[in-house]
Amino acid sequence: MKNFANLFTRLDQTTKTLVKVAALVEYFEKVDDVDRLWAMGLLSHRRPKRTVKTSLLREWAAEIAGVPLWLFEDSYRVVGDLAETIALVLPPPVKELDHSLAYWIEEIKSLKDLTDEEKKERVLNAWSGLTRDERFLYNKLITGGFRVGVSQKLMMRALSQYSGQEESAIAHRLMGNWTPDNTSYADLILAENPLDDISKPYPFYLAYAVDGSPENLGEPGEWQIERKWDGIRGQVIVRDGSLFVWSRGEELVTDKFPEYHPLADLLPDGTVLDGEILPFANGKPLSFNILQTRIGRKNVTKKILESAPVSLMVYDILEFEGEDIRQKSMDERRQILVELITGLPTNNIIILSETLEFDTWEAAAAERENSRLHLSEGFMLKRKNSPYQIGRKKGDWWKWKVEPLTIDAVMIYAQQGSGRRANLYTDYTFAVWDEEKLVPFTKAYSGLTDAEFRQITSWVRKNTLERFGPVRSVKPTHVFEIAFEGINKSSRHKSGVALRFPRILRWRKDKPIEEANTLEDLKGMLAVYG
Amino acid sequence: MKPDLLKFTPKGIYCQAADVYIDPWKPVPRALITHGHADHSRWGNKAYLATDIAAPVIKYRLGNIKMETIKFGEVRTINGVKFSFHPAGHILGSAQIRVEHKGEIWVASGDYKLEDDGLAKPFEPIRCHTFITESTFGLPVYDWKPQEEIFASINAWWRQNAADGKTTFITGYSLGKAQRILRGLDTSIGNIYTHGAVENINQVIRNQGVSLPGTIRITKETDKKLFPGNLILAPPSALNSAWMKKFKPVSIGVASGWMTLRGPRRRKAADRGFPLSDHVDWKDLNKAIAMTEATRVIVTHGYSSIFSKYLNEKGIQASIENTEYEGELAEVNESAEENKVDAAAGGSE
Ligand SMILES: [Zn+2]
Ligand SMILES: [Zn+2]
Repeated sequence: MKNFANLFTRLDQTTKTLVKVAALVEYFEKVDDVDRLWAMGLLSHRRPKRTVKTSLLREWAAEIAGVPLWLFEDSYRVVGDLAETIALVLPPPVKELDHSLAYWIEEIKSLKDLTDEEKKERVLNAWSGLTRDERFLYNKLITGGFRVGVSQKLMMRALSQYSGQEESAIAHRLMGNWTPDNTSYADLILAENPLDDISKPYPFYLAYAVDGSPENLGEPGEWQIERKWDGIRGQVIVRDGSLFVWSRGEELVTDKFPEYHPLADLLPDGTVLDGEILPFANGKPLSFNILQTRIGRKNVTKKILESAPVSLMVYDILEFEGEDIRQKSMDERRQILVELITGLPTNNIIILSETLEFDTWEAAAAERENSRLHLSEGFMLKRKNSPYQIGRKKGDWWKWKVEPLTIDAVMIYAQQGSGRRANLYTDYTFAVWDEEKLVPFTKAYSGLTDAEFRQITSWVRKNTLERFGPVRSVKPTHVFEIAFEGINKSSRHKSGVALRFPRILRWRKDKPIEEANTLEDLKGMLAVYG
Repeated sequence: MKPDLLKFTPKGIYCQAADVYIDPWKPVPRALITHGHADHSRWGNKAYLATDIAAPVIKYRLGNIKMETIKFGEVRTINGVKFSFHPAGHILGSAQIRVEHKGEIWVASGDYKLEDDGLAKPFEPIRCHTFITESTFGLPVYDWKPQEEIFASINAWWRQNAADGKTTFITGYSLGKAQRILRGLDTSIGNIYTHGAVENINQVIRNQGVSLPGTIRITKETDKKLFPGNLILAPPSALNSAWMKKFKPVSIGVASGWMTLRGPRRRKAADRGFPLSDHVDWKDLNKAIAMTEATRVIVTHGYSSIFSKYLNEKGIQASIENTEYEGELAEVNESAEENKVDAAAGGSE
């Protein structure tokens, strides 16, 4: 664990990618195959299952620290991270337990079938023999919430340097269904043909946002322009008569979308499509909210299939007749895709994403303004002569989103931030006018500078009306412009509306609270865009 | 029931029997000042009283004020109320103020810490009935490592930067933290350069006869080729300023109690965060209160509601009073002000 803790500290201490990659390469060189594979797994979101309830961990930590449980919980709320809170409140270690990363992961997995008392004994023993940094990682592993400030991309770059293989080859090898339990470093990285695993998806190509206007991207004619759909990015694979559906989070979601199952027969073997899993009925897309009711459910019931139906809005083809065609141009791939799809009785399971043509960017911009009416988030721009790239790369694919909706609202509650901003009031609840009353309608974060957060924090301290645990109600005084991507009806909210991706755009120091928007204004937006 | 000896008023902590204020945040006729940080010693009072050790910095910061001084332990009786100043261990000259009237004893502790930093006179526990305390770091997650350990990691970082040909840039507020860091640095590694705001305070302190390691003030004339391998000590407000652009290639460190938590550490966009504070951590906060044997505690800035709830559960009567003191946050802002003043005066860019 010492090597891994050291790696983690080094990754955490820098924002520079070169330094991060160097630290990873050094780690890969230092450890054995098993630890290397586990590190690769952890850095690509393959973590061991939770074997101890977090409520028990909290109790034990409070007990060992000699503080009441409520105080531990309040501290956790400030820190914002359970593993870190536990690591900090525990007394210093009394011995040294020096084992490998793989040892600790096995140790944690072996807790699964023990009684709570036995688990406690083992966990307390680990805590008493690990340093603060090691404990933090042990806690991360045991709570099953392992996340590091290093992208999978950097890990792959480091692995590429370490193994001497191309980054794209590494990326492909690391896709798919493996876990450190069902493979080995040799099988995963050194074996001959990674396509042995017929479910293996290709890495997605991810777009950057257009910076301002697309004027300097050249002529609109060089670009394939499509609407940007508001669903879940998905990859559909048909090989050897079997169907696999992957979401962008590299999750195999085949079972969650039975609508797609006929594709196993419909599409020829050796086909891989890239598209959007989109809520869809009666020839048009539905709101993303509807899809959300389906995500996260264990069982897809008949009722859900009826209330939240999906189609696949397909826009690219990566493998055709068993051949990887990602190096062909967008134009050529589009042609293959069109020929394949239009010949099939897809019955709306698959819909071909429409391409739009414009003579000028102004004309494109004008049509983009209508995006919300199509339940789309804007446009996608894809360079016609470009190959399908790996990961997020600038240059060939751009998202050109519509401007967010905005509303001016009054801050009425403030809460201290967790984790990243534990000592500042950063989380606010906002209200709009309903006649004489202020009705809360959303929470929003971010978008302010550190100096502004400090200013508001000091203001909140002096203008608190009431305290409710970590939340303070404050004198309605400040107006903020809130931006959001969409608006929906909601029975759970007092205001009757729920916003999508609300965030603070800026502090309207120029506006008195009387000039904030009204509930009526929100309802007007709901009528148009909801 | 007797009225409280010290009251929290919109102007500050008020002793009615003597008609004086302690660390007022609005102008008053007579102010007793615990220490020189901006949230405790403000401009605009008619008369000031502070320890002889704290006075020079307060005078430097507030300019032409009417200032009387008092020695640690000396008793000053005002309208029959006995006042005395006792070491708080927070920064050079910082005091707790003991107030005694008709057998009742209150202590307003200002800011304090228990670890001896070699600069401030170490904290002296004063037995009292009512203890007024801050709780900036009043949560069990704040558990300071011994300062030697922190300085060892700062010096190791500096040494590594020097080996890499980089400039080391570390921030700590200019009054207190900066001098504490200065004394912990290993001067065999290289030279120490200072931002004008830090150096101004250094000079005031050196003039008091306190010895500090040698420093070089950065001016417009300083050749920037001199920086690599050496260390620059600056207030937090210098981070991300135009001024610091000239120090590349650079590694940036921040020394503050807030750096205990991973979140604030990462948010700083600094390369390193060193958890070093001039306030008490959780265990010392509780230890200090126990040593006063106070039966009543008034909690001001910090995690006041959580901490007072904890004390009440332990059987110590505790309540919260809102003040305008702000712990390490204010001390950061204070440096921002100084930085502006300094820039206007042309002391640094
Ligand atoms: Zn202070
Ligand atoms: Zn203070």
